[in-house]
Amino acid sequence: MNQKRIRTVGELRALRTRLQAAQKPPRLVSVSAASCGRASGAMALAAALDEEIGRRGLEGSVELRLTGCHGLCQFEPNVVIFPEKIFYPNLVPEKVPWLVEETLVHGRIVPELAFRESSGSQIFPRLEDLPFLKKQVRWLLDRHLTLDPGRLESYLEHGGFMALEKVLSGISPEEVINLVQASGLRGRGGAGFPTGLKWRLARQAGQTEKYLICNGDEGDPGAYMDRGLLESNPFSIIEGMIIGGYAVGAALGFIYIRQEYPLAIERMSVALEKVREAGLLGKNILGSDFSFDLELIRGAGAFVSGEETALIASIEGRRAFPRQRPPFPVVRGLWGQPTVINNVETWANVPMIIEQGPSWFARMGTAHSKGTKIFSLVGKVRYTGLVEVPFGLTLREVIEEVGGGPEPGQRIKAVQTGGPSGGCLPASLFDLPLDYESLQKAGSIMGSGGMIVIDEATCIVDLILYFLRFAREESCGQCAPCRLGTARMVRILEKITRGEGRPEDLELLEKASWTMREASLCGLGRTAANPVLSALSYFRDELQRHVLDGECPAGVCRGLISYTIDKHRCGGCLLCLDACPAEAIEVADDGYPRIDQKLCTRCGACLTVCPADLSAVIKLNKKGAGAGEGSREE
Amino acid sequence: MTEKLETILASLPAERRYLILFLHLVQQELDYLPEEALRAAADYFAVPPAEVYGLVTFYSAFRLKPGCRHEVTVCQGTACHVRGAGELAAEFSRLLGVRPGDKNPEKGVALRTVNCLGCCALAPVVVVDGEYQGRVQVSKVPEIVKKLTGKK
Repeated sequence: MNQKRIRTVGELRALRTRLQAAQKPPRLVSVSAASCGRASGAMALAAALDEEIGRRGLEGSVELRLTGCHGLCQFEPNVVIFPEKIFYPNLVPEKVPWLVEETLVHGRIVPELAFRESSGSQIFPRLEDLPFLKKQVRWLLDRHLTLDPGRLESYLEHGGFMALEKVLSGISPEEVINLVQASGLRGRGGAGFPTGLKWRLARQAGQTEKYLICNGDEGDPGAYMDRGLLESNPFSIIEGMIIGGYAVGAALGFIYIRQEYPLAIERMSVALEKVREAGLLGKNILGSDFSFDLELIRGAGAFVSGEETALIASIEGRRAFPRQRPPFPVVRGLWGQPTVINNVETWANVPMIIEQGPSWFARMGTAHSKGTKIFSLVGKVRYTGLVEVPFGLTLREVIEEVGGGPEPGQRIKAVQTGGPSGGCLPASLFDLPLDYESLQKAGSIMGSGGMIVIDEATCIVDLILYFLRFAREESCGQCAPCRLGTARMVRILEKITRGEGRPEDLELLEKASWTMREASLCGLGRTAANPVLSALSYFRDELQRHVLDGECPAGVCRGLISYTIDKHRCGGCLLCLDACPAEAIEVADDGYPRIDQKLCTRCGACLTVCPADLSAVIKLNKKGAGAGEGSREE
Repeated sequence: MTEKLETILASLPAERRYLILFLHLVQQELDYLPEEALRAAADYFAVPPAEVYGLVTFYSAFRLKPGCRHEVTVCQGTACHVRGAGELAAEFSRLLGVRPGDKNPEKGVALRTVNCLGCCALAPVVVVDGEYQGRVQVSKVPEIVKKLTGKK
């Protein structure tokens, strides 16, 4: 449907009222259809629902809606049925006729399809009953349950553009900045700079060309909050930026989205077009003398682009090289002009603050961290997904109550926050409250909100090697401390995982870390050693066992584990012999298979295929040289 | 090809900031960036060819050679990593006979790894010919490979 141009605040209000008052089918079936949902079969599920609803002639009483991310990523594909908010997780198309018959025709819950924590246990049929939602405050995420990210009308029905309406009805730019500052909103991208203050600095630059940027180059591996927002509610980000443009006096803004997020790019591009068509972007918005437009930029694949000065270089059409700060972008940014760069989630929070008021916003959170924060809670935890919690909740509450604790039979060892710039916090620190300062004091950072839980089966050396390899690959190479430091540390860590580490390697790692922290040009280099430093302070024992005792307690580092076959348990089926890709298993004189430790690559294929009732393949978390021989000659 | 390049160029203002967009559009159209496209960009945007080449090799989205009929991407994000993405990539590499970042022309398959696709709750994630697959176990790899190399 082509949107008619909305010319005044009054017209906008009237349109919203009309949309909200319009007759709607009594039932709504919402299918979570962001990237995670689609990867799990949401589109096939939606097609099955559509067909069955049609077949039963329910079109008039049921609306099927494809929404963005419900945040319940582990349970994809899932549906939520309104008005009761019945939640059916991991739904397959085969179950659709049953669901339609019971729930849509007769209004009954299907217990077999509802969520339960383990088979046979109590069911949690309604969204609000779900144990992992109890501690969440989903100011942003809850709208994703019902909003159609492809329709401006849907956003208006949800009260969209009320904040812009309020602003253009007579709030001065300075007052808007006061509101944002009073709310205590801080940058959600990681550094936590007060948003209102940033806007004020840009405002004070006076009558000159200024720009806004939305940083959607969410590069931290393990973090996808921004993708969730971009795919599910692009409109609130746009509205936040229009308000930002009004406040600082900018006429043009850029939304930069990494190219690895094709659906986010598509949805934002459609949303921008619709908002522009409606006249909410462009010249003389709602009849005021304020003009503002937004351009969408597709990234080209470089982690360093997320650094703000590198991001600017990338938008200018150059390689994403960071530069020295100060001057900060708010003084000298895009094409040398004052530029306000905020993260996706920061922009998405703005309309809410204007609409509900700063004190409403600031009542949630801690003294210095206000509002809610979305985290991507992933890794070795029972319930993974996007979670939104108030600042100040403890790590334990998030990991154990929202995340449901460890996977069956495992123990949680630590949580990694802040991506490659963050660190690993051990389980003993899980009573720390989640806010910018507490995590930083503990040697990690909150970062943009990645929270990767690891358990006893994850090796700390392997994990920091992972991050250092990442940093080495993504280092732009301009400055020596980062370029050489990351490469040097990777070599040392690789040596340790091969079982060739020495005690002095740990000192060398520490020294290199401090050099990088002090001397690197940009934030990426200065923080690249954080994973190492936090491991040295919290997991020194595990590191030492690698270099002193030749052990990998988690049994991950290939140079420090070995496999042997216990012939007293072996049934002689020789499945292991067939499975071994290195041909390291041969049949010994006694007729039992034997692993040649020199040829063995420690891939574990033999362990995987060995029948569980025999368990004759034994994994040792120590170097293999003598171990294999010993058990054979017993 | 020249004609296609000219059409794309004509749709963009001759300002440096459209250079990356131009490269995206050409690759979308031609599947890769031939030398001709880089030279045309250098001319049109008044940038030394070396700088255009610099851009193309800096950003991982661009490639200077055509891709393959089939492409397998194994995500190496942190969540995928702690759930065994390394083993997964190694298994694909072994069965496809190609190292990550390379291609096997005989089988018509390219294998690459990527830092994070942002589907972390479904870790480990593999993308096979554009289709995302979550929670892929090493034991499933032979089946995926068979399906892929079986179809033409």
